[in-house]
Amino acid sequence: MRTTSEQFPKLTVDALADKTLQRSLDGMRRVMPSIRHAATADCPEFAGWCDQAANIRANTLKNLSAYLEQFEAAVIAAGGKVHWAETAAEACEIVSGLCGEPNKDAGIIKSKSMVTEEIGLNAALEGTGHSVTETDLGEYIIQLRDETPSHILAPALHVSLEEVGKTFETHHEVKRAAPLTEADDMLAEAREVLREKFLSAEVGITGANFLVAETGGAVIVTNEGNADLTMTLPDTHIVVTGIEKVVPTLDDVSMLLRVLARSAIGERLSNYTTFIHGPKQAGEVAGPKSFHVVLVDNGRSKLIGSEFEDILRCIRCSACLNHCPVYTAVGGHAYGSVYSGPMGSVFTPAFAGLGTTLHLPQASTLCGRCATVCPVRIPIPDLLRRWRRQAVDQSLTGSGERRGLNIWARISRRPVLYGWLTSIGSRMIRSLSVPGASSAERWVKWLPFPLSAWTKHRDLPAPARKSFQRQWRERGFKKGTGR
Amino acid sequence: MTEAGSQQTVALFATCLVDLYRPEVGFATVRLIERAGYAVTVPEQGCCGQPNFNSGDQAGARLMALAIMKRFSDHDYVVTPSGSCAAMIRCHYPELFEPGSEERTAAEALAAKTWELTSFLHDVACVEDLDSRVAGTVTYHDACSGLRELGVQQQPRALLALLPGIELREMPDAEACCGFGGLFCIKYPDVSSRIATSKLESIVASGADYVVTGDVGCLMQMAGKLHREGSPVKVRHIAELLAGEVQKVSDADDQ
Repeated sequence: MRTTSEQFPKLTVDALADKTLQRSLDGMRRVMPSIRHAATADCPEFAGWCDQAANIRANTLKNLSAYLEQFEAAVIAAGGKVHWAETAAEACEIVSGLCGEPNKDAGIIKSKSMVTEEIGLNAALEGTGHSVTETDLGEYIIQLRDETPSHILAPALHVSLEEVGKTFETHHEVKRAAPLTEADDMLAEAREVLREKFLSAEVGITGANFLVAETGGAVIVTNEGNADLTMTLPDTHIVVTGIEKVVPTLDDVSMLLRVLARSAIGERLSNYTTFIHGPKQAGEVAGPKSFHVVLVDNGRSKLIGSEFEDILRCIRCSACLNHCPVYTAVGGHAYGSVYSGPMGSVFTPAFAGLGTTLHLPQASTLCGRCATVCPVRIPIPDLLRRWRRQAVDQSLTGSGERRGLNIWARISRRPVLYGWLTSIGSRMIRSLSVPGASSAERWVKWLPFPLSAWTKHRDLPAPARKSFQRQWRERGFKKGTGR
Repeated sequence: MTEAGSQQTVALFATCLVDLYRPEVGFATVRLIERAGYAVTVPEQGCCGQPNFNSGDQAGARLMALAIMKRFSDHDYVVTPSGSCAAMIRCHYPELFEPGSEERTAAEALAAKTWELTSFLHDVACVEDLDSRVAGTVTYHDACSGLRELGVQQQPRALLALLPGIELREMPDAEACCGFGGLFCIKYPDVSSRIATSKLESIVASGADYVVTGDVGCLMQMAGKLHREGSPVKVRHIAELLAGEVQKVSDADDQ
């Protein structure tokens, strides 16, 4: 997987300066935690459901190959076919083969799928001459703008309404009475343009939220209904998804659906939840003539049995993004990866290698809110720390940082040395301080590199003239304060 | 209060930031624990190892943990005015050592008797009255580690409710991170500052005179940002409020 995560610091500067993005993120910060809270607070069973959902996912991963084989057998029995792709390139090749020769009158339509973003499917199909149209509104907008998703659920979060209007005006050959300014008009226009694509397409590609081992079904959750058209109108339906999406039974799916929509959008269920089983059967009115599932590994099986296995429980609800102080400050593009936010910072190093994605596990305050809202109980901060540990073990972090930590550990173990050296450090910093409003306060407004990182945006309360420990011992407080 | 002979002892883990930046928080903590009926000692100490642990330096963190374990094991309790350092000892010290090893057993024993200050006062000492005449409106920032790793949420609020002169005005999303994050605030200062700005908006929206928190890391982040922005909101550690010592900004500043 290609990323630009190496440029995280620079990308955050751009993101922080992007007023449109910051407005969207402001809204997100205000709204998302409260709607999720509202959807879970009136539901005393929710915590128990999350425990069960986590168990379902964890137990499935323990026997993943057995469930995948059961799933494959059920798909074949229903008249479909399963394809196994070890790498992204293999997956693209398989899908490209299934799409046949490019036909200029009948393109490929897609509903939103993060796995196809991960493997770069659109570019691969376009490279073989196919025309591909995204039909999720957000994905459609960013496809026209030649951008990547900035949120796993709301891919066009970073685009303003005004920009959407301009994008449509540039790309749609539609007669309009007036410029596009209203959301409803934009929606109507996109629907009109997309309807043509739906009706003429020969191949529909979707992802899958879950695969059901016992029935061979794919479960697809959307809020726009576009996936239902994508999978029923064209002759061929291709499901492209990760191997970890399988769960054993329909009961398991129903438990996961309960926690998914509440965590994702603060609703009990999404607008559309579709279970699809194989191609159209005799007597059925709708459905594709052929049905394919492409199961993508692309690094997932390496995580099984590793210290990162827990991340494969992820059901892509995006609650961790919506509650993350870092994500909601800089948005998804800063992460330089298809998967952003806390879950992305665990996944991306696994998929793209830690060497080029070092910033991602570091760029977290480890506040832990992601773990508390995760409906499948993924201990994300622990997983981020594990990447940090690997970075140190593989000597990938900067030598200055490593040396600094090493010195700090040595000093800290020797309290006398610690007291002596920290008093020198404190005195140096204090010498740069100026009096504050009250005579007892002193503030440092400027510090040399690397501590300038603090004073760039904040003042620093001056260190005390004498440390607590020194004052304590000087006052002879060995037996308490006597107050 | 129990008699001196049978008095239980609390070893105070002051934390580096209290030690170096806010000694008055250390003294306020001592007074609170003593008034609750315990004898306080302050073993010689350095850092708990959290910066190393969170940076992936497992070996360094282990050495630092061993140093703390050696000096703090002989007391009935270890109390610290920080959810962050308390969580390091309680939740992460045991993880640093092999299950079944001697060190693991020692780390688990220390973890079991280590408390964040407000949970110690509320849950262990069962403090029901406090000698603090501080008056004003207060908004409380839930520091992340204490809140999510130790469940410190009701305890500080219950203790603040014991102060007759204090009115608690909750800020929107009090549990949102302030952006400090240990070394994060130095590694990604722009992002850290943006997060702090959101926190400041919430603090100001509460209309409170004081923003109070249980960790000096968050305190420095919020105080530093508020001061840079010229805000009149005062930032105090909860120990200072509970001990009634908000006026003394630094004992150490007396010339």
